[in-house]
Amino acid sequence: MGGFYIDWSGELVAFFAFAVVMIVGAVLMLTLTKVVHMVVSLAAVFLGLGGMFVVLEAEFVAFVQVLIYSGAVTILLLFGIMMTDHQAAQHEPTRPVHEIVSAVAAIVLFGILFYAIRTTEFAPSAPPLQAGVDNAMEIGKQLYTQHVIPFELVSVLLTVAFIGAIVIAKKEAE
Amino acid sequence: MLSSYLTMAAILFCIGLYGALSKRNAVIVLMSVELMLNAVNLNLVAFSKYGVVPSLDGQIFSLFTISVAAAEVAVGVAILIALFRRRGTANVDEFNEMRR
Repeated sequence: MGGFYIDWSGELVAFFAFAVVMIVGAVLMLTLTKVVHMVVSLAAVFLGLGGMFVVLEAEFVAFVQVLIYSGAVTILLLFGIMMTDHQAAQHEPTRPVHEIVSAVAAIVLFGILFYAIRTTEFAPSAPPLQAGVDNAMEIGKQLYTQHVIPFELVSVLLTVAFIGAIVIAKKEAE
Repeated sequence: MLSSYLTMAAILFCIGLYGALSKRNAVIVLMSVELMLNAVNLNLVAFSKYGVVPSLDGQIFSLFTISVAAAEVAVGVAILIALFRRRGTANVDEFNEMRR
């Protein structure tokens, strides 16, 4: 896709709708003052990303996204806020120099990325993936044949991480 | 269409980077890191459909990153709670033992 021509397909409309939801949610996450409101807008970003996965015909990843991110991670972050001091964050002193430097760094990085995206010639030959209706079944087959070793390693990683999280967060015996 | 998705992911990544650099509350820093990881997932899934070699591998990689990110956020919140219990603050500026 070179240049800026736009043909309004259904995918493009859905893409822009979800993009607006995600950008508004992300900007609200940074500007709201109450931490709980921040988590709610972050959940909006996660849901918008799930919708974008549906647009990309990755339905299984979309449902995993909604379950893990919009469900589990959001609730976990809410618990993290409740267990720490959520009052202190609302009136913290501002650091203008630090924030300006951070903003400049982020904008410069975005400029570099945008320039790279616009100037790269992606090979146009291959047609887009037609995942079909059995998307989840294909993913399951590949997980149990080609990617079975990383799949099992992820189960070990999750077990170790969650046991470790419990051990770290447990109250120490006085 | 691929470049639109890549630009969207870049926007998300940069918003997350700004939040991770400028915010002080450690929970908000964790949230910003999650935003950056989500941008990576969007890139993976977009390349899985529109890449040079379209295949399901990108979606499978994104599933792996989602699970690793879930483990990361669990351990992160646990460390945060332990630090808060010990130090009484969730401010990242005050976790500076390593440079004293």
